[in-house]
Amino acid sequence: MAEGGKARRRFRLVHLLLIVPYIAVLWVPYFNRAEPALAGVPFFYWYQMLWIVLGAALLWPIYWVEERGNKNANKNDGA
Amino acid sequence: MTAALDWTAIIVFAALFSFVTLLGFFAARWRKGDLTQLNEWGLGGRRFGTVVTWFLLGGDLYTAYTFVAVPALMFGAGAVGFFAVPYTILVYPILFVVFPRLWSVSRKHGYVTAADFVRGRFGSGTLALAIAVTGIVATMPYIALQLVGIEVVIAGLGIHGEAPLIIAFVILAAYTYTSGLRAPAMIAVVKDLLIYITVIAAVIIIPAELGGYAKIFASVDPKNLLLATPVGKNLGAQSAYATLALGSALALFLYPHAVTGVLSSSSRHVIRRNAVALPAYSVALGLISLLGYMAVAAGVKSNPAFADGFKEFGANYAVPALFLQMFPSWFVGVAFAAIAIGALVPAAIMSIACANLFTRNIYREYLDPNCAPARESQVAKIASLVVKVGALFFIIALPTSYAIELQLLGGIWIIQTLPAVLLGLYTRWLNPWALLTGWAAGIATGTWMAAELNFAKSIYALHIFGWTVPCYAALSSLLLNIAVSVVLSALLNMVLRTRVDATVAEDYV
Repeated sequence: MAEGGKARRRFRLVHLLLIVPYIAVLWVPYFNRAEPALAGVPFFYWYQMLWIVLGAALLWPIYWVEERGNKNANKNDGA
Repeated sequence: MTAALDWTAIIVFAALFSFVTLLGFFAARWRKGDLTQLNEWGLGGRRFGTVVTWFLLGGDLYTAYTFVAVPALMFGAGAVGFFAVPYTILVYPILFVVFPRLWSVSRKHGYVTAADFVRGRFGSGTLALAIAVTGIVATMPYIALQLVGIEVVIAGLGIHGEAPLIIAFVILAAYTYTSGLRAPAMIAVVKDLLIYITVIAAVIIIPAELGGYAKIFASVDPKNLLLATPVGKNLGAQSAYATLALGSALALFLYPHAVTGVLSSSSRHVIRRNAVALPAYSVALGLISLLGYMAVAAGVKSNPAFADGFKEFGANYAVPALFLQMFPSWFVGVAFAAIAIGALVPAAIMSIACANLFTRNIYREYLDPNCAPARESQVAKIASLVVKVGALFFIIALPTSYAIELQLLGGIWIIQTLPAVLLGLYTRWLNPWALLTGWAAGIATGTWMAAELNFAKSIYALHIFGWTVPCYAALSSLLLNIAVSVVLSALLNMVLRTRVDATVAEDYV
């Protein structure tokens, strides 16, 4: 690696996934409605509940890519 | 007088409460460390792994007050109370990306508080003092509000007077003093299990008895079920909802108790794994918020047995009333214990976090710069007692509304530390005096906006190009803070060349 290469975590395209939940739950006009209801629960409620799970799920690929990237980068310096 | 003493519930409640008390004292021996070191007393020796951190942060962030107040807001105001859900969704990408950096640099330099980091990064004791004082002042009313959670369930058991509350807090103060952060970490495991049991039982049993979710939602006033749609050029409830969620998410991990939770973990990987695993608590919170609607559907408000409770605690009595109406006595004991113990965990961590700030950034910085580590730990222990007595006094001597108003202001204040702490983790370009000026500007405008609203609300309507945009005051004042910090830094950097940064880029990864 170049000098000081460990000092910065590289920006990867997969990081763009981090923005997705912000758009999904801050664009209020999109989900501020009752239909389609799910088992009697209005859209407004189940949509946001669903995003709790999706938001967490989106972090997985980033974690995975970074951990793998670091392992490769650190292979030779015993870290 | 209808609320008779419910002995079955009281016995179950007392048994669970006694159990966690023993656990709290026993915790001093767990993963034994030298408790005369601040690092050990105040951060549990930075040894908590993924699972313990999950319980600790879960117990720390999803407080009893949240579990009482969020459904209370849904009960009284409807959809707007659901902002807690997007709020807790948006917290985790921030935790995932930013806070491992704080962990790494703190580990390297032995930082115990966010103000320690700011002191090292920008070389300014004054800026660090501003960060520390903001943290303490914002957290104090938060501790006081945890007491409201205990107060409400004790009243629900039919017990009156302030003695139980004082006893609970004396016990809490004693084991926090002896065991430090290990006590809430251990108790958090019990608290979280009880909360999950209660939530699962509640969302299965109560809807079944009330005739299903469709019926529950149908019983809510239709105008409360969704946010009001914008009228003309006023974005109304929708922009309020979005800014409240975003502003709260940005503020959460700046709170001292959240920082303490993050720094006590054993590695940066623990933090990242927890950013993925902690949303499980958000699911619980989402379900708990719906208890507010279940309370509407169950008609607790018109039940004469609860008239006194509602008179004393307002909507905050909705959830206890719902449990009392729908659950058998023994399970009421379990559910109320979950709420009361749920108040102890964050109260302990918050008081420890305030104590750490006082000791590191006020006592050692200004009063006794050469104090020995054992002395430092002793000061922190005493500070944690003072903080708790202060919170207790607050709740007993002053109306509850003061604590609620101050906690609302606390959110506006704590977010003003974002440029120094959060941006500071990425750049040293900002000038400490610029940051201090930005902080002051943010605090002043934020407080002014809240004062304009009589400290009753935090949504201040901005007028931008003929549009009316109701916005969370924390968020708008933060934007001003950042603008001032950046512009002044650009100017000052042209004149001043000196940089006093104790950290280097490698410390953060």
